[in-house]
Amino acid sequence: MVNRIVVGAHYGLKDWIIQRATAIILALYTVLFLAVVGAVGPDSFEAWRGIFASGFMKFATFLFFISLFWHTWIGIRDIWMDYAKPDGLRLLLIIATAAVLVGYTGWSIQILWRV
Amino acid sequence: MAEMVIKKKRPKNLDLMSIKLPLPGVLSIIHRIAGAVLFLLMPVLLWLFQSSLTSPETFAIFKSVVAHPLVRLVLLGLIWLFLHHFCAGIRYLLLDLHKGIDLASARLSSWIVFAVSLAMTLIIGVKVLW
Repeated sequence: MVNRIVVGAHYGLKDWIIQRATAIILALYTVLFLAVVGAVGPDSFEAWRGIFASGFMKFATFLFFISLFWHTWIGIRDIWMDYAKPDGLRLLLIIATAAVLVGYTGWSIQILWRV
Repeated sequence: MAEMVIKKKRPKNLDLMSIKLPLPGVLSIIHRIAGAVLFLLMPVLLWLFQSSLTSPETFAIFKSVVAHPLVRLVLLGLIWLFLHHFCAGIRYLLLDLHKGIDLASARLSSWIVFAVSLAMTLIIGVKVLW
């Protein structure tokens, strides 16, 4: 057993918690989404669009996307830290990951608020 | 003190050909691969989502794309990866809470993750895609 103080310095406790908090939001949204699609049974463009036109689903879906991209950021960064050994390459991959995820965030907002 | 030197020499075997990964290990690596694959295909999935919501014309394009048998097969694979990540993730959250950390229950819960995620994939595949 290694006892160490996990607060104060950058031990990744914040990321560890966010990974799990976003995971719970993603899981809850998945259940909500399946329940709503199961109840509405969208069989046309109007019905499908109607799901995301409601204020609540727009909010929930937005929360889902934010959680998804944050969760992805931590997970993919972990993968680069495990396998991408040359520092330069690792830095490049981490920056590229952050960049595309910020882009996806803007894109998902645009998709949702055009409905 | 935050630093600690671990001096203990432990036996090490990194010969991938002779390692037999136990089921929780298989679950773990699929969890990671699923996350990576879903990340790599994110732009495609976002594009599909956008097409499905923008206009009746783009919705028609979306429908014709997902009607292709090969696309359906890929989507079914992605649904399985997502559901595996989902079920394995719930298992990890329980492990974080020290639920089921002994070997027997960790193995059992791994079997449950595979069974539930595959069953859910089949149900969604039959109900939604076909």
